[in-house]
Amino acid sequence: MDSVFAAIVQAPEDPILGVTVAYNKDQSPVKLNLGVGAYRTEEGKPLVLNVVRKAEQLLVNDQSRVKEYLPILGLAEFNKLSAKLILGDDSPAIQENRVATAQCLSGTGSLRVGAEFLAKHYHERTIYIPQPSWGNHLKVFTMAGLSVKTYSYYDPTTRGLNFQGLLEDLGAAPAGAVVLLHACAHNPTGVDPTVEQWEQIRQLIRSKGLLPFFDSAYQGFASGSLDADAQPVRMFVADGGECFIAQSYAKNMGLYGERVGALSIVCKAADVAGRVESQLKLVIRPMYSNPPIHGASIASTILKNSDMYNEWKIELKAMADRIISMRKQLFDALTAKGTPGDWSHIVKQIGMFTFTGLNSDQVAFMTKEYHIYMTSDGRISMAGLSSSTVPHLADAIHAAVTRAS
Amino acid sequence: MAIRRALSGPIMDRTAVVGARYMSSWWRSVQPAPKDPILGVTEAFLADPSPDKVNVGVGAYRDDNGKPVVLECVREAERRIAGNLNMEYLPMGGSVKMVEETLKLAYGENSELIKDRRIAAVQALSGTGACRLFADFQKRFCPDSQIYIPVPTWANHHNIWRDAQVPQKTYHYYHPESRGLDFSAMINDIKNAPNGSFFLLHACAHNPTGVDPTEEQWREISHHIKVKGHFAFFDMAYQGFASGYPERDAKSIRIFLEDGHHIGIAQSYAKNMGLYGQRVGCLSVLCEDEKQAVAVKSQLQQLARPMYSNPPVHGALIVSTILGDPNLKKLWLNEVKVMADRIIGMRTALRGNLEKLGSPLSWQHITNQIGMFCYSGLTPEQVDRLTNEFHIYLTRNGRISMAGVTTGNVEYLANAIHQVTKSA
Repeated sequence: MDSVFAAIVQAPEDPILGVTVAYNKDQSPVKLNLGVGAYRTEEGKPLVLNVVRKAEQLLVNDQSRVKEYLPILGLAEFNKLSAKLILGDDSPAIQENRVATAQCLSGTGSLRVGAEFLAKHYHERTIYIPQPSWGNHLKVFTMAGLSVKTYSYYDPTTRGLNFQGLLEDLGAAPAGAVVLLHACAHNPTGVDPTVEQWEQIRQLIRSKGLLPFFDSAYQGFASGSLDADAQPVRMFVADGGECFIAQSYAKNMGLYGERVGALSIVCKAADVAGRVESQLKLVIRPMYSNPPIHGASIASTILKNSDMYNEWKIELKAMADRIISMRKQLFDALTAKGTPGDWSHIVKQIGMFTFTGLNSDQVAFMTKEYHIYMTSDGRISMAGLSSSTVPHLADAIHAAVTRAS
Repeated sequence: MAIRRALSGPIMDRTAVVGARYMSSWWRSVQPAPKDPILGVTEAFLADPSPDKVNVGVGAYRDDNGKPVVLECVREAERRIAGNLNMEYLPMGGSVKMVEETLKLAYGENSELIKDRRIAAVQALSGTGACRLFADFQKRFCPDSQIYIPVPTWANHHNIWRDAQVPQKTYHYYHPESRGLDFSAMINDIKNAPNGSFFLLHACAHNPTGVDPTEEQWREISHHIKVKGHFAFFDMAYQGFASGYPERDAKSIRIFLEDGHHIGIAQSYAKNMGLYGQRVGCLSVLCEDEKQAVAVKSQLQQLARPMYSNPPVHGALIVSTILGDPNLKKLWLNEVKVMADRIIGMRTALRGNLEKLGSPLSWQHITNQIGMFCYSGLTPEQVDRLTNEFHIYLTRNGRISMAGVTTGNVEYLANAIHQVTKSA
């Protein structure tokens, strides 16, 4: 019998995950993986936070725990705590019961559920995403049935924010259009607006009646402070307006593969939030029925216990500090070598990634000659660096930039 | 600090604040959604203060004390996993080891198809996730196709294919008069469907009716589906739960494989390993050859990436730990048999009690039907009476979850059913 799927062609490799595939094949002892954005220790190893291990042990030792289905919207306790984490303990939106929250599968799942809800219930089908953005954003929103446009964001000449371009593009968007905003530590550029710029963005978005959709994948990871990294989101909520927020615990709690996240929809009124919540269930049920229990239980255990919460903050700050230190070391190394060009963006950009400004030729050269693996857009994951490997990377960048083309 | 400074200083434009406050909600026209017919039952049950209340609504296994069960093999696997090296992302297609073991359960331990690498398979979010991934895949690669769904079926099947935007039709399945299979009507529907239609089949322990075709009937179904060139998609959520033996419960699938169909299968560990909330399952699609399987798998991954990127690791680790260890696997098989046997015992007890009470109706179907559910034949009005007068919770289609029946409540349940049906 012939297969009905006989004509299917193989899909291309994922551009980000494909980097790790190539890295794994390389035999060189000096190879360096600066591709995927997963945190690594000084020793180059993945990290499970101590507080996560503690939480896990508590769960395993609790004989009364069962593995029944969670409600469609997930673990209620986790949802409340997640909303507080991003909005602040004393957020009026929470106190007024205006926030509908659903536990979802990490950031991706939260974005997808939010996008499907918009496609079903919102009158505007267009979402604006920054140029560039995380590669999967386009796929998530397109699959959900939204039409994706871009707004100016990164300025290659300054390796910073193209603020004027951003304001112009968002200013030209039709009323009601959805705008995706990276809450902090923009992926892939590491370029974030200043507080003052965020305020202007907020005013523009509110005056044009645009709907903000925050992707918060690095809260606490950018500056080392959970509250500071939540500032842009809180500014928007403080003005009483509505917004969507996708949260991920993949990086800041190191829960990557457990797929822990939450979608919060901040509404004008409590009864609206209640109805929105009920409709979220109808999006989720035909997708996966209810979310996975394990990771959310770990996160909840940590968030609700003040000692564990404090422990978490300390471990989180340590991760953020190590990354900031790698930025400084790389910048110092290039400065010491006299590598031509302005490399200050390395210390100005924030979060896990640096948009080096290297072009695809230079990247290919670095991979071939120095066994350094990164995405062809010049993005490097600072989390993949250590004090011992910074010199090798500096050498490679220097060679790539100074070689005759 | 910085927030307050930003809000109170000259930077803040008051008209923008005022604008935001007085604009009405974008969501004012959002209607409250109807309650999920199945999950809503448990909500109502939990809210009931009566000491006599019985929950035979949702299909989650309970022991004879009415308590949820964590299998011993699962507890042991979790002990081994705690303190695991890392929680890194799984690949988009999930845990390779878990998928390998899972395919053996469905296709056979020594399946040539597995050896020849002809099966495209990915870890999925339990049965729901596997069905949804397949529905999206069907929509993308066979955009003109439609899915035939049995009447009745698990309510969420309709939601899944609808959200995937695949047009649905139904085929006859349940025969209310005999409370059995409407076999000739089912075969007619298979024959009358346009060639190359997609058919959703419950591999075993049909939900909600508990009515399964016999082996001979499966062979005939396979034959007619083959003649019409239809695609057979199996939803197998209860392997092991029907007869107590996973191998036996996979019989329908094995018949189709023998007949050369290129099938698809959604498998779930929610019930048979009690992993409900972990969301562990698998979607597989049998292809012509390895090359095609590689291509199909890559496309399935392309559908998973914009939905959740990669599946959750914990439940998959539990499964691969158990199935990868011969002793743990043996323990699991025993525990599955215990669960299935308890349910079979409760079927006998419920029927026995109803007959002892002198019910005028036939309750043979209770022991004829198989798996977790019994399609009692009760009308919605009778169900409402059961709930309102006796605090017994079940879905309004009369489906009783036998897993919720215990030696402690079976008499009470039988009596209540008798009361609402004796004058029928």
